[in-house]
Amino acid sequence: MQADRIHLIGLNHKTAPVEIREKMALSGDQALPYRELKELGCEECCILSTCNRVEITFVARDADKTAPAVRKFLFGGSDLSQEEYEKYSYLHRGRDAVTHMFRVASSLDSMIVGEPQILGQLKQAFKTAVEHGATGPILNRFLHKAFSVAKRVRTETNIGGSAVSISYAAVELAKKIFGDLAGKRVMLLGAGEMAELAAEHLITQGIAEVVVVNRTVERAMNLARRFKGRAAGLDELTDRLAEADILISSTGAPGLVLEADQVRPIMRQRMNSPLFLIDIAVPRDLDPAINDIDNVYLYDIDDLQHVVDMNKSERDREAKRGEAIVREESLKFTSWLDAMEIGPTIAALRAKADEICRAELGRSLKKLSGLSDKERKSLEKMTSAIAAKMLHDPIMFLKNETDPGLRTEKLAVIRRVFAIDPPNEGGRCERNDQ
Amino acid sequence: MTILFHLALAAYIFATISYLVYFGNDNRKVRTLARGAVIAAAVFHTAYTVARMISGGHTPITSNHEAVSFFALSVTLGYLSFRWRYRVRNFGVFVTPIITALMLVALFSDHRISELPPALQSLWLPVHASIAVMANGFLALAFSGGIMYLLQEREIKKKKFGLFYHRLPSLEALDNLNRHCLAVGFPLMTLGIISGSVWAKQAWGTYWQWDPKETWSLITWFIYAAILHQRFTAGWRRRRAAIMAIIGFAAALFTLWGVNFILGGVHSYAG
Repeated sequence: MQADRIHLIGLNHKTAPVEIREKMALSGDQALPYRELKELGCEECCILSTCNRVEITFVARDADKTAPAVRKFLFGGSDLSQEEYEKYSYLHRGRDAVTHMFRVASSLDSMIVGEPQILGQLKQAFKTAVEHGATGPILNRFLHKAFSVAKRVRTETNIGGSAVSISYAAVELAKKIFGDLAGKRVMLLGAGEMAELAAEHLITQGIAEVVVVNRTVERAMNLARRFKGRAAGLDELTDRLAEADILISSTGAPGLVLEADQVRPIMRQRMNSPLFLIDIAVPRDLDPAINDIDNVYLYDIDDLQHVVDMNKSERDREAKRGEAIVREESLKFTSWLDAMEIGPTIAALRAKADEICRAELGRSLKKLSGLSDKERKSLEKMTSAIAAKMLHDPIMFLKNETDPGLRTEKLAVIRRVFAIDPPNEGGRCERNDQ
Repeated sequence: MTILFHLALAAYIFATISYLVYFGNDNRKVRTLARGAVIAAAVFHTAYTVARMISGGHTPITSNHEAVSFFALSVTLGYLSFRWRYRVRNFGVFVTPIITALMLVALFSDHRISELPPALQSLWLPVHASIAVMANGFLALAFSGGIMYLLQEREIKKKKFGLFYHRLPSLEALDNLNRHCLAVGFPLMTLGIISGSVWAKQAWGTYWQWDPKETWSLITWFIYAAILHQRFTAGWRRRRAAIMAIIGFAAALFTLWGVNFILGGVHSYAG
């Protein structure tokens, strides 16, 4: 069975702690490991290495010998024992390997489920493998299929739909309040790291200006320079707030920095144009009563964390639907792959030819009336003889190939030329889906 | 002819149900169905109104059935014209039930075509009555926008994201909807009152006679004038604008119905 030749050995954030993972990273010159893997008996292989996982996908005939060698190669740079190798890493084979790869590509196996970076990393890994001539007909199709499965999961589920980090949640909320964030003004109160991060996310949404207000104006100026914004002292707080739309507060002050009574006149001055206040300081900077003012929305760090938690459970639900898609696709892919053998392919070719003969014969016989049984028989014989002769050369073309890699390639060509597989099945190369 | 009315009603009911299903399951195919149903309903409904106009010989806006049906049609046309320019997610979910409710009121009202009393036989009838009812159509849209705003705002303010947070558009979009509908509805309403007054001068010799309908439409007009004025000067935007759109629409409905049934006057329908 072709599918059983696919293997995947690796470790990820679930199986190995970071101390182990950081020793694995196969960075630097990629030509070397690919050459080595080939020597170990991998007909085709692809190395995926990110900060959360290192995985080697390979195709091998004699897996019993190749797999331990690859595992050893994977841990080559470390001083771990055989048991530890097995404890930290996993080996998947056949359909399990297919399912695993599809889950990885669809970001169902990621640390933060639904984060889309992994697909790009996988595409890059595949590209590198192709450049080193490490892939062949099976992995080419397999990985392209993985990309399209990932795409399907993304479009058919809402897995990447909701924000699962605090700063993204803040951006999402801001969008629900302001619609488009282009042209909005952001004020940073205090120069904390979290505030910086949130401001960075907002800037990518096209906000117009960042104003940094801080107790020490010098630090405010430093931060303002980073965002090409303005700096102001604490005494200007209310004046600047009247002009802002979003405030991110993260001072280290022990008490409240802004009280509800200070905000009310500001809202009149702003003609009630809405104000979104984000308080990520602990202890809090902003008076909780501010949230009771009309058109002012105050979220503190716990509120945002709550939003994130809700979104996470939404993601978990969507991930279940993603898993179902992955199961369906890996079943389809492995059965396609298993049909990529000489026997089934020849049978499929003959079946197709027989069907065409029968159909055409039936049509002609309707027009030719008054044929004797004998004449009929010889017509039938003739059509099937033509079909058999036509198929002879393609079948020999398949049978004469002894190299298994090339044979798979030829099988794929024949199956495509004769349109044996339904279109878009079995990971026909979708080279444009970047 | 009545069959057209029933077809339109059936299409509205279908659209309402489809929109509610779409609201629940987010299936785009269902939304496409709902949109198609609204357009089909609008076609049947327009055909019905035209057919009635031809057979009655005057603008079909003189009985309760006709006025409410025309009201429903103007909400539909207002909605379609709005959709054509803006996109407001799930707006249809809130508008189609209103249209269907109006259609049901029309269904249970007397369908007979009434003879027009001589005082009403004028070119001013279609002008005055249709403009006034069209205004109500847009005010109804502002009303639904107001409801949507309050629902969405509540979830953001209370930090409890339930049914609406993901399904409704941003507060900004809903506030724009409110502004747009008032910006169309209010001038129409003003024109309706002016045209009525000019007609009254011709028919009865006086511009204004403090008939209850006139009084109430003036009250409604002042409410909306205040809303718009405050919006641009004192910042009655957003939440307060949404609440006012709801109150204003209640006044408009009272002008349309309450006056006829409770207070009477020259605007009572002939039939």
